[in-house]
Formats: sequence, structure tokens, C-alpha cells
Amino acid sequence: MCENCCKGGAAADFTALAPVLEKYGGVKGSLITILQKTQDIYGYLSLDAINYIAANIGVKPAKIYGVATFYTQFRLKPIGKNLIMLCKGTACHVNGADLIEEAVTEFLGISDGETTSDGLFTLNNVACLGCCSLAPVMMVKGADGEETFGNLTKDSVRAVLKEIGDREKGVAV
Amino acid sequence: MKVVVGQGSCGVATGAKKTSAEFEKHIAAAGLDIPVEKTGCVGNCYLEPIVDIYGDGDVLAARYVRVQPAKVEEIVEKHLKGGSIVEELVISETDEKFLSSQKRIVLRNAGVINPESIDAYIAVGGYKAIEKALKDMSPEEVIEEVKISGLRGRGGAGFPTWFKWDAAKKNRGANKYMVCNADEGDPGAFMDRSVLEGDPHSLLEGMTIGGFAMGANEGVIYVRAEYPLAILRLEMAIEQSRGKGFLGKNLFGTGFDFDIRIKAGAGAFVCGEETALIASLEGERGMPRLKPPFPAEKGFWQQPTNINNVETFANVPWIIANGGAAFGAVGTDKSKGTKVFALAGKIKKGGLVEVPMGLPLKDVIYGIGDGIKNDKAFKAVQMGGPSGGCIPASLIDTPVDYENITKTGAIVGSGGMIVMDETTCMVDMARYFLDFTRKESCGKCNYCRVGTKRMLEILERITRGEGRDGDIELLTELAEKIKDGSMCGLGQTAPNPVLTTIRYFRNEYEDHIYNKKCTAHSCKALLTFEITDKCTGCTLCSRKCPAMAISGERKQKHVIDLDKCIRCGKCEESCNFGAILRD
Repeated sequence: MCENCCKGGAAADFTALAPVLEKYGGVKGSLITILQKTQDIYGYLSLDAINYIAANIGVKPAKIYGVATFYTQFRLKPIGKNLIMLCKGTACHVNGADLIEEAVTEFLGISDGETTSDGLFTLNNVACLGCCSLAPVMMVKGADGEETFGNLTKDSVRAVLKEIGDREKGVAV
Repeated sequence: MKVVVGQGSCGVATGAKKTSAEFEKHIAAAGLDIPVEKTGCVGNCYLEPIVDIYGDGDVLAARYVRVQPAKVEEIVEKHLKGGSIVEELVISETDEKFLSSQKRIVLRNAGVINPESIDAYIAVGGYKAIEKALKDMSPEEVIEEVKISGLRGRGGAGFPTWFKWDAAKKNRGANKYMVCNADEGDPGAFMDRSVLEGDPHSLLEGMTIGGFAMGANEGVIYVRAEYPLAILRLEMAIEQSRGKGFLGKNLFGTGFDFDIRIKAGAGAFVCGEETALIASLEGERGMPRLKPPFPAEKGFWQQPTNINNVETFANVPWIIANGGAAFGAVGTDKSKGTKVFALAGKIKKGGLVEVPMGLPLKDVIYGIGDGIKNDKAFKAVQMGGPSGGCIPASLIDTPVDYENITKTGAIVGSGGMIVMDETTCMVDMARYFLDFTRKESCGKCNYCRVGTKRMLEILERITRGEGRDGDIELLTELAEKIKDGSMCGLGQTAPNPVLTTIRYFRNEYEDHIYNKKCTAHSCKALLTFEITDKCTGCTLCSRKCPAMAISGERKQKHVIDLDKCIRCGKCEESCNFGAILRD
């Protein structure tokens, strides 16, 4: 993962944040936007990043931490290369989202909120992706953007994960 | 001639982008010069990817459904090149009924026009309503027209729109704000997403009209971060609209200024509540506060603020263009106009459905949705999401309007309609919703924070087979206390799914508690598996069983040791002969 920004101390480099803080730092009510942009850049909100933002926009770190932990979008830990957003909305629940979660958990050996040891996948259960007619659904966010997979079965979800995994490993080799 | 590929989120999820690319490839290869365009969600999500071919004069020549990339070449060869329609891929008459039996006001353009082109919106009469309002009407007249229409808030509560606008208009402030709640947080609802993705300009126009009526010069759209495509199309629409002078300074030379910006929400169901949404807009934790003062007095930055839902705004240009009376002619006495529902769950034809208020539930579920998947028995329909309730099959003739649905204990809500069949356990549904509200409670009120947790624990216990005598009464008591002791709508409605399921499906609760049985065969802990005489002794199940609970000789009937069985269902899944009975 990002060795340079989350190790704390002098190594932390937040130059990429400068334009964000310049644009939004002085605009009141922009804290959530700043945190979103920060997460876009680094993939998550490290404690160092929170402290850095706090020092630069004159807000207490505790307040930023409070906001960051209130909203489900914000992560305080790094994520894998592919973020699996498994929909647990009502339609998906009725159509067997639990079985799909079981399949993902078995296949990757991680449960909700965890990342695989090879850093390829993170599993996040989400409330609703809004593709209810295609339930059960999941969205995978990787380097090339998001892709949504619908009408999942235990077999099809395994096939999708295998394909992504193979592709990633192919790139790595 | 042109090819139009439906590319809402549903379409994209089924491969519409690949289909579109394939069209471009084959059209180029065939040496043709036909543009491939995109449109939003048509509504028949179950038929995606949907491709419309328009002939000369923009007349729809054919609508092809389930067009996977592999089928594109045939359409290009036979239809685009050869001029003959590929009949077997054309939408069937029964599927066409899905659309033709609807009344489309909110979704008038979704799936018809290219959402990324302002010219397409203008071509169908777009931005005429705002021009009319600004040039020919006073703010009072706009509010009066909306009053005549009888439009009520489509976000869930059903509060008269004109009343809110009027209150915000009458309150003084240095700045006023028109806010759109596009934070569609109800799991199982996607009406707003379709409008945002399929017809973003109608929202901008509706907000501008509202802004003019209440005297606001700034609009903010609070949209879910989970809807990346919606945000993208909104951004494009705002840019285009500014370019044409429909947003910005001195609109239509009338001296009225109005601009709109987007604020991405960060994921919190409670932000559907007005005061919580405002706190979130201000960059704070999204926690509600006491009302009054209402947002119309002290809202965003303490200024008069009006908040409406996406669907409400999308109705407004139609009302101004066609007159409030025309809108009021649709629907029932107290619930005017149409309502968009997201039909999903165990339904054959799921998708977006817009119908006049007052249509019986039956007509929506069977008439448009074509009934239950795999022809199973219809058990209930859940309306209003975590704030709503389950309406049983016996009430299927209930007209869908605010008053009648509220009488059943559910609410119209934002429009989620989740259909459930005999395999859905109602206790588990209640548990599911409580799990959701418990997680989403902001924690400000004790009753909501602790009460939902206690209710969830009881429901979990019941579904685990550890229900106790008195649990139903305890749940009911807690439910009443939480309703009374919570400040905002989240807590006040959170117990509804439990109350309605107890009201209509008490026998299922009793089965779980006293007989330790789940009649829907859904609660795992209460299942038993048995191997029937259909067993051929292939040994597959015993090899798949992670608990090694299945024994038996090869070619002889196997047996499950229920003491060892962990009820994972792997044996049932793996059996090729249907020999495993779940009870």
C-alpha cells in the first residue's frame, strides 16, 4: 500500500492535498468535501492526514474524526486494489444477498470490512446500490473505475472474482 | 437513422456499454454512417440492455431487448444494413404492456432523450416552463399553480409542496436556499437515481422554478456518493445549462439570478431528515435537531431554506407547462398526480413504474409486474423501506395513495416496492430492517439508539430459535416507546416494519417462538434437512458436507446426523437428484 503517506512522522507527504486545501480550506462547510477528496487521493483517511487537514484548516482533529466516523463512506484503514461493494439492500436481501456474501467470504477468506492478505480485494457491505431489479448486485471498484454485476449466483460471483484475481496476478507477474 | 442504447446503471450493469461499443464497431465495419447515442433508464430493467433503433424523422422503428454484445452483429447486418427487423429480438407485446399501462409525468423523458444533451431536452419542450414562469408569472402565481396541482412531497412524508414554498417565501433572510434531497438512502428504492441519470435537466428546471417562487438565488443538490453516474450527468447538465444561460445571472433577461451546485453526501440514512441534511451540508455530523424552527425559517446557514425530493422537482416543470389542473386531474382526491415506484424483489418484471395515484396494488404487482417470480405464492409487499411496513396479500386491492397505504401501517414513502413470496420469512424481514435502522441511528435520542438495538437483539434471538414467551409483547411495547421517545422521523418510524409484521403475520412470530419453526424455510437455525428416497447414494453430499454429518454406503441412501448438521445447506445445493428435503 502507500508506504509514503501512512507511516506517520516525517515520511508523510501531503503535497497532493495542497490544491484541495487551497480550494476548499477557506470555504465554510467544506469539511466533508475535503475528506472526500482526500480519500479519493489516498484511498482512505489516515490519522496523519486527519491531523494534517486539522492543522491546515483550523479545525480540531477530534471534530474531523467525529465527522469521518459518522458517515459510512469514510474509511480509516487502507483498502485493497479492488473494492467489492456488496449490496445488502432490501431487494438484494430478499433475493439472497446473504448467500452471495457467503460465497465471497469463502472464496476470498475475508469478511465484511476486511482486506485479503495479497491486498487485491476489500469487501464492504453497502446499504443499496440502486440496481434493485437486478438483485442480488455487487459493484467492484478497481483501477479502471466501477463495474456492476447483477443477477448474481454463488457460481457467477466466484467466476467474477476469479477473473479479476487472475487479471491482477497476470499484471503483477 | 440512429441507434440508442439505454445506459442507466441497470443497463450498464448488464453490459450496455459493451453493446454500445459493439454497435459502433459493426456499423463502422459495415461502412454505414449511423450515430450510436445513449439514453437513461427506460424502466424495464429486467429487459436490459435495451436498444432502440430510430428510423427517418426520429420515429421509433424497433425496440430490441436483452441485446447482449453477441447479438449486435445480426441487428447491424439485418436491420441497419438490410432494412428488415430482427423479429426474435424485438420487445414482446406483453413486455410492451409494462410501459403502456403506465402514466409517465416524472419519467416523461427518461429512456427517451439523451440525458447528456441539453438540446435533446430542449427539443422535447425543456426549459419552456421556467421561461413561462419567469416571463409571464409572479412568484405568487407559480405557488398558486402548484397549489392547484395538489402536488405533495414525494420524499415520503407527503407534505404539500406549495405550503413549504410559501412558508419559505414569506420568511425573510439575506440569502435563501433551494435544496434538493437526492440522497436516496432507502434500500430498495431507485426512482431518484433514474431521474438523475435519465433526465437531469428536469430537476434543474424544477429547482429553478421553485427558487423563483420562494425567492432563492442558490440551489444545492445533495446527492449520494454511491451514484457516480448520476453525479457525472448532473455536473454535465449544470455546465450545459449555464452555457445556455438557463442558470446563472439574469435568466431570460428578467433579472432573476439562480445557480445550482452539487454536494456529494457521504452515506448516512438519517440525512434524509431535513435538519440532518442541513447539518451535513454545513460539513457537520448529520444529526437532526428539534423543530421548530423549521428550515423554512432557519435552515442552511440559518437562512430560509426549502428542501424537496428529486421526484417532486421533476413534476414541477410539467405542472407549470401543462397547468396545475391537468396534474390535479390525475390521481385521487387527496393524492394528486402520479407516483414512481421501484418494483423489485420476487417479481417477474422488475423496474421503474409510474402510475396514477390510487391504482390498486394488484394492478401494479400483477398488471404491470406480471406477478411473482417462478409463479410462487404472493405473500406481502414492503413499502416505504425501513420507515414503512409490509402489506399482506389479503390487502392487495388497496389503492396506492398516501391515505390508504398509511391505513395499512405502511407508508408510500419514497416509492420502494419490494415484493415477497412464500419463501420470505417475515420475522427475518423485520430483523433485516431493524439491523439497518440500528446501524443508521445517529445516536442522539436514547430510545432510538438503545431501543432499536434491544429490538434487534430480540428479533435475532427469535430467528435463532431462542424466542421466549412474551417476546411479541415486549417488541410491541418497545416499539411504542421508541416512536414516542425519538425526535426525528428515523426513530419515529423505525419500529414500523416490526409492528406491521406482528399485525399481519403474528402466526409466523408464534411459529418461531413456540414451535421453533420457520414456515418460509428461511431462518437457518430452525431448518432441518432430511435425505429422501430419491437419494442414489452418489456420495456427493457427504463429500461436500463441511461438518461431516452425512454418512452412507455408496449406492445406498445416505443419512444426515442432525446433531452434527450445521444447517449450511451445502448438501441441498450439491444434490443433483433433489433428494434433500428442507423443512
